[in-house]
Amino acid sequence: MPKIMRFKSPVLLSAIVAFSAHWLQMGCGKKGEEGGAPTKKVSIQNSGSDTMVNLAQAWAEAYAEVDPSVSVEVSGGGSGTGIAALINGTVDIANSSRKLEPGERVRAMQNTGKEPQEYMVGYDALAVYVHKDNPLEAITIEQIGQIYSEGGAITKWSQLGVKNTGCANDDIIRVSRQNNSGTYHYFREAVLGKGHDFKLGSVDMNGSKDVVELVSKTPCAIGYSGMGYATASVKILRIAKKAGEQAVAPSIATTLDHTYPISRPLFMYTLGTPSEHIQKYLNWILSDAGQKIVEESGYVPLPKDGNPESGTPAKE
Amino acid sequence: MTNKRRLGTLTELIIEGIIRFCGISAILFVVGIFFFVFREGADFLVQKLDIKQFLTSVEWYPDSPSNKRYGILALMAGTASVTVVSMLIAVPFGLGAAIFISEFCGPKLKETLKIAIEILAAIPSVVLGFIGLMVINPIIISLFDTPIGLNVLNGGIIVALMSVPFIASISEDSLKAVPDSYREAALALGATRWQTVYRVLLPAAKNGLLAAVLLGMGRAIGETMAVLMATGHAVQIPRSLLDPVRTLTATIAAELGEAPVGSDHYQVLFIIGILLFLITFAVNLTADLIVKGIRGK
Repeated sequence: MPKIMRFKSPVLLSAIVAFSAHWLQMGCGKKGEEGGAPTKKVSIQNSGSDTMVNLAQAWAEAYAEVDPSVSVEVSGGGSGTGIAALINGTVDIANSSRKLEPGERVRAMQNTGKEPQEYMVGYDALAVYVHKDNPLEAITIEQIGQIYSEGGAITKWSQLGVKNTGCANDDIIRVSRQNNSGTYHYFREAVLGKGHDFKLGSVDMNGSKDVVELVSKTPCAIGYSGMGYATASVKILRIAKKAGEQAVAPSIATTLDHTYPISRPLFMYTLGTPSEHIQKYLNWILSDAGQKIVEESGYVPLPKDGNPESGTPAKE
Repeated sequence: MTNKRRLGTLTELIIEGIIRFCGISAILFVVGIFFFVFREGADFLVQKLDIKQFLTSVEWYPDSPSNKRYGILALMAGTASVTVVSMLIAVPFGLGAAIFISEFCGPKLKETLKIAIEILAAIPSVVLGFIGLMVINPIIISLFDTPIGLNVLNGGIIVALMSVPFIASISEDSLKAVPDSYREAALALGATRWQTVYRVLLPAAKNGLLAAVLLGMGRAIGETMAVLMATGHAVQIPRSLLDPVRTLTATIAAELGEAPVGSDHYQVLFIIGILLFLITFAVNLTADLIVKGIRGK
């Protein structure tokens, strides 16, 4: 029996999750009715992007001190997972490291009757990592494309002009992400170009942190992940838009002045006009206090001079 | 008096009905599971799926922006390679452990070993996957001088660790079930302990041992979380033990969360589910036929 049931487990798991989410909501409602207003603790369900999960957790923890009556429950799983939950109406705020696709917007409307609202909450510079002993310092977008995309010609470190002594057979091990990751989608669009696919045979990891950890243990590897995940045992490559142009390292300054070529905005989505306590939470995230946490978590805060679009829900 | 007896008969009938239902329920569950998995994927399977491409292409691009391709040959090769490697490791260790526990060791050691095997079985697969990622990966890199340690070998070792308790405990049960008179007879003929095991006990317990191995194999085919973490999750046909691979189960686990309900990608994942179901069904059926064949002799 167990072997027959086993491959059903993801479905089973989601059923359990869905069921417990439902039960939790019911539980909360009941408590409100019986206990009256003063002791009621409001909970905000927040899930999605793996890139943003640490940031979202840091926000949630800091906000618990700002407003003790609200508890924010954060979970990861990938942008796709968060957006799927938003479409199903099982989450209050979905974190996403990519923009909602038009099709997803339509499905959310059909399913819940509410239009998703978009909040830009910060930026992430996508860093390209190699092992710390790798002599490579800089790379161009085109070279990364040749490494990662279907039909790309670069498979050896020597083709990039370096002798990677830690890597005996000179093969480049491509570390990539699962296809539910917003990082994966963004990287495909920004580096490989629209309509291009990844070369098969890359080692696909579950999370941003896993990518950096694997690269730190694998001298032949190259990988991409948010720059907030850097550790002492990996090296971040400087990236040039084209051969001959200056290569730039990811930082807050280079992200905001757009000289670093692969950075992207981070979003939070709600369904329809958010309720009062969710709106208060989002306002706090966009305030100086919330944006300071963005910087502390290794991401890029929204520009101080006030981008008029960033605070208000943008419509397609 | 008659009332009481009638009540008794009624209770009897109800209980009998419940027990009958429990007995048959397994069939309902299996049919139900197959039905629901099939229903999710049937639409795509019947209307759009190019079965030849599905089974013979290695190009797995379910979310390609321009050219979606659904070829699972590499995923099947991944599942098969991890299963074979894990069985090569787990069968000798599992059977060996069972033989040692049932025939060669004292009662105290026996109890300790049994508890240890149970604990091994109780370790969650995600923990073993983590060990594959963090512990075995660097060991394989340094031992084999290979660029990456997340590969068929790593996945095989991890899955073998999970199959050994199944194989050992069921094998041990079936060895224990061999009547003592067989052992006594062998001893009386002057056989050594090893000859007794090899010539008498193993043939006598053949059915149970086969069932144990096949159950372990089922575990290996169906294992998901650990292989997701330890095999490297790379879509390619392995050319050696040291190549990363991706399995059918890990693909479902990794992608089902993202695939929008009802989309082609979602349905293809369910078709992979149907395929896994058919594989396990075939394994079980083969086992049944073999066991029957052995009995017939």
